[in-house]
Amino acid sequence: MAELLFWPALLLYGEAAVGYFGYVRRSGTPGRAAIWGVRLGWLAQTALLVVQATSEDGFPWGTWAGSLNLFVWLVVTVYLGVRRPYRLVGLAVMPLAAVLLVIARAGGGTGIGTRSQYSNAFLVLHVGLVLVAFAGFTLAAALSAFYLWQERRLKRREVTILRRPAPSLATLDGLAARAVMFSLPALTLGLAVGLVRLFADGERVDALVAATVATWFVWAAYLVLRTTRGWTGRRAAYVALVGFALVIIIRLALPATHFA
Amino acid sequence: MLRLVLVGTSHHHAPLELRERVALDREHGAALAARLANGGGEAVCLSTCNRTELYVAADDIDAAEQAAVAALAELEPDVEPALYRLHDHAAALHLFRVAAGLDSLVPGEGEIVGQVRAAHDAGTTGPLLDRVFRQALHAGRKVRAQTAIGETPASVSSAAAALAEQVFGDLAGRSILLVGAGKISEQAAKHLLSRHARIAFVANRTLDHAADLADRFGAEPLPLDRLEEQLASADVVVSSTRAPGYVLDASMVQRALQQRRGRQLLLIDLAVPRDLDPAIHELDGCYLYDIDDLQAIVTETLVGRRGETERAEAIVAVESEKFREWHASLEIVPAIASLRARAEEIREAELRKAEGVLARLDESQRSAVEAITTQIVNKLLHLPTVRMKQAAAAADGVIYADAVRHLFGLGEDER
Repeated sequence: MAELLFWPALLLYGEAAVGYFGYVRRSGTPGRAAIWGVRLGWLAQTALLVVQATSEDGFPWGTWAGSLNLFVWLVVTVYLGVRRPYRLVGLAVMPLAAVLLVIARAGGGTGIGTRSQYSNAFLVLHVGLVLVAFAGFTLAAALSAFYLWQERRLKRREVTILRRPAPSLATLDGLAARAVMFSLPALTLGLAVGLVRLFADGERVDALVAATVATWFVWAAYLVLRTTRGWTGRRAAYVALVGFALVIIIRLALPATHFA
Repeated sequence: MLRLVLVGTSHHHAPLELRERVALDREHGAALAARLANGGGEAVCLSTCNRTELYVAADDIDAAEQAAVAALAELEPDVEPALYRLHDHAAALHLFRVAAGLDSLVPGEGEIVGQVRAAHDAGTTGPLLDRVFRQALHAGRKVRAQTAIGETPASVSSAAAALAEQVFGDLAGRSILLVGAGKISEQAAKHLLSRHARIAFVANRTLDHAADLADRFGAEPLPLDRLEEQLASADVVVSSTRAPGYVLDASMVQRALQQRRGRQLLLIDLAVPRDLDPAIHELDGCYLYDIDDLQAIVTETLVGRRGETERAEAIVAVESEKFREWHASLEIVPAIASLRARAEEIREAELRKAEGVLARLDESQRSAVEAITTQIVNKLLHLPTVRMKQAAAAADGVIYADAVRHLFGLGEDER
């Protein structure tokens, strides 16, 4: 059953990614096809997660690959929430979602029978909050990447800038900041829960914890520099991309450090 | 049957000097339409800066056309050679193209839909003109919804305002600094105002001129030497002076940037020779566009609009075909109605003849006989009705209608 739902989700996310590339060149049908790809793909992935949840006794996304699957779903969910005025952000979000879903499958995160040994309550709180934060950071990074692209178009005085309009610089910058403002408290809480558990069990700080703390510092710096030093626009976008690079390292380069 | 006639002239056929002599305001246009409708008829006058057109629905197409030509010639006798005359489907297709902006000077311009709607509202309409205008408005809306033909700006000053939206998004409350108090600055200011920006300052070498323009926009007038002071608070600078050199150089903007805490600054230079130092564009957070940059953008957007016209024409063709089918069906409808009436008449007469036999039946049996005979008539007439409608859509409607009238003797009683 999980297999039957994974493929539609992946294909539809892939179709949406292609659709958004087409939408940049020509408005109309490619854009509509992309939106429906996101919607239907999200429904398929939601169904996949429901099947996984109902087939397991415990928390089914405790492995790195399983949590990556959940993470992709959260990213697409957040994107669907903000999509209407900022449709083109899908150009950055959907290819990433499709690639990460493939990686999640390669790690066995889209199947059934990958239960972790940790308690449900802890995992829901710790993993859930961290993944929600990472999804928010991913969106912020996508918006920042878009900001840099749009700024480059303005600096290069591209003649197609009004024929193929994108979200404004102010909109992209402001929305990225709001995504970080929402995500950083979630990461703070998720991290705090994890650290309490870590110290209570007398375990040592591992690479994943260290990288997550570093990520927290980068995103905190994003907000602090923005409010105190006026680091908005291009500089804020670069900080966001550094923060996102750490998120990707945590998601992909540091597998299975905490989770069995 | 009512037929549609269009007589008019437009920018394709007549120069401005001629068009302005046959242009009519809403009140006069409505009066002329009422006069052409002449009691029981239908007429609409569509008059914009690019066209004056009279749409008339009448049974006598030649008389209606002559009346419309005479009405326009009365306004300006020289207009007659510049008039086009279209009938039925061609007239409808023309109106659909007009409503879609496909016949406009700038393809896809949006004002025309409102003008067509206003003409329809002010006209003397009946079943034919009401239908054709409603369908034209529908086609116009559909073209704008399904193509990008009307999405892009068509002038340098509107492109400047659209660029500001690419930087700031919603312009509500954004602060504009105008440098120069001439017509060009004013034009650009109007486009920005229409997007709810706030004209905060007008700077000019002559303070009196700055004050005149500033008064109109509720802005503060400034002498040019105080320009730098207000740079820190402005979001958009629009410059159009006749100064021989730069009125703003990169170092002045650089100093202002230190107080702006990362806020972007869009600078629009509409002057020739240029007012703003091109090096400003290299500064972080500054975007400088001169007249050539804007002109290149407008040219590109117009190319884009023309690229969309093919899709728009396809939509218009589909809509006008629907109208043609509807109009053609009007020819066949009276024949179908007569045929059905005749069949019903025969059915009722035969039932009356059998009244003696039917009287012996109970109520439910009589109802069954009624239902069966009605069903037989309906089934017999279904296929001929469908075929006649199809024939009407294929332009053979009149032949079929005449054949049906002849075969079934419809209308012979009246003769």
